[in-house]
Amino acid sequence: MIESSLKELSRNLAEKEISSVELTRAYLDRIASRIATVNALITVDPDTSLAQAQAADERIARGEAQPLTGIPIAHKDLWCAKGWRTTCGSRMLENFVSPYDAHVIERFNNEGAVILGKTNMDEFAMGSSNENSYFGCARNPWNTDRVTGGSSGGSAAAVAAALAPAATGTDTGGSIRQPAALCGVSGLKPTYGRVSRYGMIAFASSLDQGGPMARNAEDLALLLDVMVGFDARDSTSLERPAEAFTRLLDEPLSGLRIGLPKEYFGEGMSTEVRSTVEAGLAEYRKLGATTVDIELPASDLSIAAYYVIAPAEASSNLSRYDGVRYGFRAEEYDDLLDMYCKTRSQGFGTEVKRRILIGTYVLSHGYYDAYYLKAQRIRRLIAQDFTKAFEHCDMIMSPTSPTTAFEIGAKTADPAQMYLSDIYTIAANLAGLPGMSIPCGFDAAGLPVGLQIIGNYFCEAKMLNVAHRYQQHTDWHLKRSPVASS
Amino acid sequence: MDWEIVIGLETHAQLSTESKIFSGASTNFGALPNTQACEVDIALPGVLPVLNIGAVDRAIRFGIAVGAEVNRRSIFARKNYFYPDLPKGYQISQYEIPIVLGGQVNIRVGDSEKTVNLTRAHLEEDAGKSLHENFRDMTGIDLNRAGTPLLEIVTEPDMRSAQEAVEYAKTLHTLVRWIDICDGNMQEGSFRCDANVSVRPKGSTQLGTRREIKNLNSFRFLQRAIEFEAKWQIETLEDGGSITQATVLFDPETGETRQMRTKEDAHDYRYFPDPDLLPLEIDNDWLQRARATLPELPGARQARYQTDLGLSRQDASLLVASRETADYFDATLAALDPADDAGAAKLAANWINGELAAALNRAELELNQSPVSAQALAALLARVLDITLSSKLAREVFEGIWKGEGSVDEIIEKRGLRQISDSGQIEKIVVEVIAANSQQVADYQGGKQKAFNSLVGQVMKASKGKANPAQVNEILKQKLGNP
Amino acid sequence: MSLSLDDVKRAASLARLEIGDAESQRILDQLSGVFELIAKMESVDTDGIEPMAHAQDMMARLRQDVVTESDKHELFQSIAPAVDADLYLVPKVIE
Repeated sequence: MIESSLKELSRNLAEKEISSVELTRAYLDRIASRIATVNALITVDPDTSLAQAQAADERIARGEAQPLTGIPIAHKDLWCAKGWRTTCGSRMLENFVSPYDAHVIERFNNEGAVILGKTNMDEFAMGSSNENSYFGCARNPWNTDRVTGGSSGGSAAAVAAALAPAATGTDTGGSIRQPAALCGVSGLKPTYGRVSRYGMIAFASSLDQGGPMARNAEDLALLLDVMVGFDARDSTSLERPAEAFTRLLDEPLSGLRIGLPKEYFGEGMSTEVRSTVEAGLAEYRKLGATTVDIELPASDLSIAAYYVIAPAEASSNLSRYDGVRYGFRAEEYDDLLDMYCKTRSQGFGTEVKRRILIGTYVLSHGYYDAYYLKAQRIRRLIAQDFTKAFEHCDMIMSPTSPTTAFEIGAKTADPAQMYLSDIYTIAANLAGLPGMSIPCGFDAAGLPVGLQIIGNYFCEAKMLNVAHRYQQHTDWHLKRSPVASS
Repeated sequence: MDWEIVIGLETHAQLSTESKIFSGASTNFGALPNTQACEVDIALPGVLPVLNIGAVDRAIRFGIAVGAEVNRRSIFARKNYFYPDLPKGYQISQYEIPIVLGGQVNIRVGDSEKTVNLTRAHLEEDAGKSLHENFRDMTGIDLNRAGTPLLEIVTEPDMRSAQEAVEYAKTLHTLVRWIDICDGNMQEGSFRCDANVSVRPKGSTQLGTRREIKNLNSFRFLQRAIEFEAKWQIETLEDGGSITQATVLFDPETGETRQMRTKEDAHDYRYFPDPDLLPLEIDNDWLQRARATLPELPGARQARYQTDLGLSRQDASLLVASRETADYFDATLAALDPADDAGAAKLAANWINGELAAALNRAELELNQSPVSAQALAALLARVLDITLSSKLAREVFEGIWKGEGSVDEIIEKRGLRQISDSGQIEKIVVEVIAANSQQVADYQGGKQKAFNSLVGQVMKASKGKANPAQVNEILKQKLGNP
Repeated sequence: MSLSLDDVKRAASLARLEIGDAESQRILDQLSGVFELIAKMESVDTDGIEPMAHAQDMMARLRQDVVTESDKHELFQSIAPAVDADLYLVPKVIE
């Protein structure tokens, strides 16, 4: 069962070979015995999960099951779920029990899926290693001295350790793809606007996008079918005809043109990552695809633009955490100003404060044009690069991360160094393009390497096809981490 | 030294939508604290704003009404600052590209007319309310008002006296109610002004340093606050002091302005486009629809009353003081359907601005609560025009209608108020009066005009006021001969 | 465009973050590294390029003016740090 894909679990449930309660309990048991090893979840609530599983079983018995009815899914702890503690990895929301459901949670609830728990994450999704969680960093199931990546590190670790068959994440600058790569799972960030942001605690509103994380592309497609959909409560939500993300899975890849941006294969990448990704590309050629060199000249500036735009938006988004209406309030203070300052200084962690400071500074009087507007102009150049590139190719491929999972603590002293972890992933967020990461091999230390696939706007179904065909011919995604096998 | 006062106003008009500008919570006034503050209004983590079409529509109506340019594409920005009644830590407001650019409001002060130029009008959300009184050492926050749609209407520094500022505010107040975008209730804070006041030596073209008086929610306070502030600034400068830019509050108790203690970080609001809201686009169709549904505006209506109906400027301007009054007037005229337009219009205007206004005032009623409908007033005035009723009798009938005693004709019958126009009947009374007042008759014939008036009075009294006064005069003169 | 200690302190004050002198210096050192990354932006000419504020080139979708929300203040205030008489309480605001 622990080896099964969502599709198999769905069939098992439909044929009543297993009940949702049994399945949920099995995962809850695995979580209970391994939580200390990987620290992948912040909150579990077995009673609530099992009650949902019970309801799912009844629904299945009535013959009203949907594909994911009864399937337990772990959610990144920034999706507000009514009655669930939703911390966003922060002391600020340590005791915040959400009074409402995010749109995505609503859709999973309507589907009859079970909320298995809330996964660990970098505080307010700011980080590339999960070390910025107030609840301690999640640990990589392939080597628990290593980071999971971030910010959706808990979700990646939960799937990689088989503590959940699937999980949700969010991706602002690589927060689904990079931890997916470092933990050897599959993850997809859809086109901006596909998945409603309502109820998803904001980091950088114009970049944030929710998406699924799972064992393989087919599972991602099933999850995406539930997660994607128009939501009138999100002004940036796209109104598009419904589509089944599984519909193209089995199409052949002959004739597929894969663009290889030279900027993404340059220096800074570990040689093992390079050779592993190149082996993956060779596999694609075997499947009938051709590769073509492309240029994304402005991508060099994506980190710079991102670290202006994302902190600017974040500095404003995080102003609501003031200790007045919910969340943490400092215990001692002299007056209102002191209450604000102490609440926010004690409630936020170091990295969050750092980004609030960057964002506040770049928006402040006299710097707006030089930083914020400049970054937005560069953002357009980056988006235009992709538009041009897609005239010559159908998909863009690259490594997801320049390195495999690094040791916990290795980059914490130098934020600028840490920020470079997202060097290949950030551009897709700036452009609003869909991107994914799938496992494509291991380095000598046995740590997974991720292959990034960036598609054109709304090409998720095709991307899933590209990933699925690869996974039909390779078994990297089937390899089990030591924690999963334990 | 002679000083010139320079005033610009920023008016916050609360738009009369059902729901808030970015959420589906109600905007009703007076609900229990925080019962009309939904997830979005209290800024729970993860919530998002969605713009209310009703707020945009009202802003467009305003733009057209003041002859402004309505921007086809406008942007919502975030104005960042911390305050406990500002739940998100930023206010969503239009900054660089507002929905309404320019425009004019024409005012009249005494006998002169003046145009106040508008800089802009932009959409924004209101904050909640801080209640300082109820708790020792603590302030209570009610977020019911948070997210209520506002149109902030900003003028150029065009006004030169408190009186001009008040006239502008009154004209604007009439206009926003006229075009049905704001209920104008000042006590509830639906219409409030900030006044930017500076002074400079007369003849100078450079603006002085201004201070902004916040949150003036009555015309009287607006007047008093500006007068005090201007006087204070002049005295300060004459004493050799200088003015520093500041935000001040007006205290109605003392009649003074004082500087606010809260500093807003030297106003570094870190505006940037709200990433949660896409650009607002307004197409030609929308503009045309808004234009088509806009009522005739007060200025045009007043001009029509003066030129087409021959009303005096005074009468016409009173009638357009509110759209209700003007509509009432129009309805009265329509029901009267008179042969003599000008005479009827003048009569209707007199009654509406006089008797009716006074009666409403005494009863503390609004026009829409009037017990006398436009149709009833028209029926009454028809009886005046056909000389069934004298003005005096008409007032009695009006009182009867007001009290709900029935229709005009029923009341005339019931109270026996029909005017006596039968000359035989009047002559009979005149003869009796002459017989009973020989002294006055002698006085009149001795040249005292006053005595004649007294005799007319006696006749009117004897007829219980029903005799047609013109006929009484005529017959009396006939009988007495010339003095 | 190099960052100064005053810049850090001013940003902290605007953002309502309390940062001690020693900490400010450490933060300045770290942020200086970040601003070196950011400074790369200066290397490219962006004259005439329209700033890109949103990932999608779309216009606002508007809601109808209808009340859809009901009173939930008890639920909302059950998670509030300090409430009395249905009001959120904060230390006294002096205007």
